[in-house]
Amino acid sequence: MYYNYELMPTIEKHDAIIVGAGVTGAAIARELSKYKLRVLLLEKEAEPAFGVSKSNSGIIHAGTQNHPDSLKGRLCVAGNKLIREISAELGVHFVEVGQLIVVFDETDVAELDRIKHEGEELGIKDMQIVRRDWLSLYEPNLGPEIAAALYVPSAGIISPYRLVYDLTENAVKNGVVLKTSHRVAGIRRLSGGPYRFEVEAAGSKYQTRFLINAAGLFADKVSAMVGVTDFKITPRKGEEYLLDKKREHIANHLVFPLPTPTSKGILIIKTSDGNPMIGPTARDTEDRNDLATTEEGLNEVLAGARRMMPSIERGDIIAYFAGLRPAAGKDFIIRHETTVPGFVNVAGIQSPGLTAAPAIATMVVGILHGNGLVLTPKKNFHSKREKTTHLFEIPLSKTRELIQKDPSYGDIVCRCEMVSAKEIREAIRRGARTMDGIKFRTRAQAGRCHGGFCTTRIMKIMQEELGMTVEEITKRGEGSELVREERRHE
Amino acid sequence: MNERELVVVGGGPAGMAAALAAGAAGVKDILLLERDQHLGGILNQCIHPGFGLHRFKEELTGPEYADRFVKQVAKTPSIEVSLRSFVVKLTSNMKISYLRPGALEEVQAKSVILATGCRERTREMIPIPGTRPSGIYPAGLAQKMINMEGWIPGKEAVIVGSGDIGLIMARRMALEGMKVKAVIEIQKQSRGLVRNVAQCLDDYGIPLYLSHKIVRIEGADRVEKVVVAAVDDAFCEKPGTRFELSCDTVLISVGLIPENELLEMAGARVDRKTNTPVAAEVNRTSIRGMFACGNACKVYDLVDSVTRDSEKAGQMAAQFLKEGK
Repeated sequence: MYYNYELMPTIEKHDAIIVGAGVTGAAIARELSKYKLRVLLLEKEAEPAFGVSKSNSGIIHAGTQNHPDSLKGRLCVAGNKLIREISAELGVHFVEVGQLIVVFDETDVAELDRIKHEGEELGIKDMQIVRRDWLSLYEPNLGPEIAAALYVPSAGIISPYRLVYDLTENAVKNGVVLKTSHRVAGIRRLSGGPYRFEVEAAGSKYQTRFLINAAGLFADKVSAMVGVTDFKITPRKGEEYLLDKKREHIANHLVFPLPTPTSKGILIIKTSDGNPMIGPTARDTEDRNDLATTEEGLNEVLAGARRMMPSIERGDIIAYFAGLRPAAGKDFIIRHETTVPGFVNVAGIQSPGLTAAPAIATMVVGILHGNGLVLTPKKNFHSKREKTTHLFEIPLSKTRELIQKDPSYGDIVCRCEMVSAKEIREAIRRGARTMDGIKFRTRAQAGRCHGGFCTTRIMKIMQEELGMTVEEITKRGEGSELVREERRHE
Repeated sequence: MNERELVVVGGGPAGMAAALAAGAAGVKDILLLERDQHLGGILNQCIHPGFGLHRFKEELTGPEYADRFVKQVAKTPSIEVSLRSFVVKLTSNMKISYLRPGALEEVQAKSVILATGCRERTREMIPIPGTRPSGIYPAGLAQKMINMEGWIPGKEAVIVGSGDIGLIMARRMALEGMKVKAVIEIQKQSRGLVRNVAQCLDDYGIPLYLSHKIVRIEGADRVEKVVVAAVDDAFCEKPGTRFELSCDTVLISVGLIPENELLEMAGARVDRKTNTPVAAEVNRTSIRGMFACGNACKVYDLVDSVTRDSEKAGQMAAQFLKEGK
């Protein structure tokens, strides 16, 4: 009982709370930040993009290989268009490299035709079946067994985590409150007032009118907290293997085989950072934390990639990781739950979720509006974000200009990927709090030496910028500390 | 553009020896570029003794060994040292662009010696399956953390690979109070020097498992344990031999790779398997007037051998500048 009203704890109140700062949650947050609303974005990990999004391949799909009536197909095609606008506004590096779906047998060309027709129904433009002569000219490293391919020019590539960081940063600039290391521990439904949910996370309580569940692998668990239990997330593991940047030009396009019922197959993926990637595998697992790579996975990926491009070698691999796709049946689940007014599920967002994210965001905002959320546009919405500088993607003449303005651009920390002290400090100022956060933002430690040379320097910069002790520095959040003890000199 | 007779890239033992030898052979205008804020390279973190037995007939630590050369470089007027200087571009006609705090410099050299050293093979190159938690370090990084910074990485360690850095680090961590549970070596014998097996493992009671490999690393946030198994002659796991070792730290010491990305950028031939320059003779490359020495040329066991061969590279460059061959 509080006798003094002033001492009564006030509970933060919001118009909308989004659970999960992956690409889906970040896109929704940014879309909502265009309106006069109080929005809270909760993330259980130490930084955004540390869940499903960090293992994304970075492919902006054209929309092929989805049923024309599916949410996936419709939102993927719409997202492919929207992502170009968003990446221009936010300064994210998007490249339309195009995609080839290759077949080894002439008889499979009929299947390519079917994919092409389905794609055309969805509105995908300029696809064509190409033959050996075209392939020899434009994708010369393809193996001789390949008979033909479907060329889909509108497919592209983007950095999945930088997209999430930039969406989040822009949302926060426009007033969204981001709270990391905030795992949702419980949700209580309220009755009577305008605030319908009380969310408990990291020991605090937050009330909201609308609650959006974009919790990725844990979306079914969050949904169950309000009593909606009619779907289950089945993680589907994918192992990916990154090649040395020296092999950047091994492929000119995204190269796909014909899809199987559960996956798009083992792909050769150009990435926006230059390192080609091969993978992913596709295996259902019960364990939502199973991020282990396996020997079988490596062999499957190498065999699949080498079948399309025989010059790829095991020795080209410099890094690997596994990610989990949050599958919930065949299609995305995006809906307002009528049994729980104000609660919107955005679940089962697996491939092509990254591409679809901006379209999912507009759809979700439409759903919220349709269920009573008043949308008053902000006059002072900042749609643009200053592009982050990466020395590895600019010519030396530009680097010279930058060094003249700020000498620390000439202070190289990561030698494999050419990342300067300035870029590391900038990443920290923009929100990086962990070694992985710095890696995803800048590429420092992501090259062939895996941080062997730059780790200690980055840790020192973090100490300087954040005032942390070295024992507090983590790879990706609490529990992943790098140093047990510093021997301090008296 | 600034012109130079000779540019040496890398200020470790190889680069310093090459620059000094070139100076002694009459080259008057040498620029020595070093990435770090001091000369000496990896020797600076090798605080254990055992260096210089051939060269100086006495036992020095790494920093002591480096210091002898650093002092000589300082006394040699024909050598100009540029620290914190990172080469970003090298062309076949020996134009060099390098960054340093505050400037992008461009130099036209008549001859170039690459003394860029080597990097460690990583966990990813073996590769070891499993999770990717914190607590997995290349042995050289762990050495730098402990010896240069005083940062103790963990409490209980397992070392993969019995190369010299792994063995030295087993002893170093034991001395710092860490429990070193095992060194795991896939080969039938240790890859390191015999004296290191005796002095670093046997003296400290650290078990060496030959013909074994780590089949899995486990742990969500920080390493929790490794799964080890015996292997047959083809390095395949022998069924029924698995056992677990709990640990919070895994050091990877499975060999070194010459760093020749600059040489490759210049268009010289580099062997794709070993990453060494393809040339008829040690210290030469496929580009005339461009030389490579030290661990960039081939991975050496002893720094005395690096010094000896790198001096030859300096002399070769001097001869090239004099006679054009």
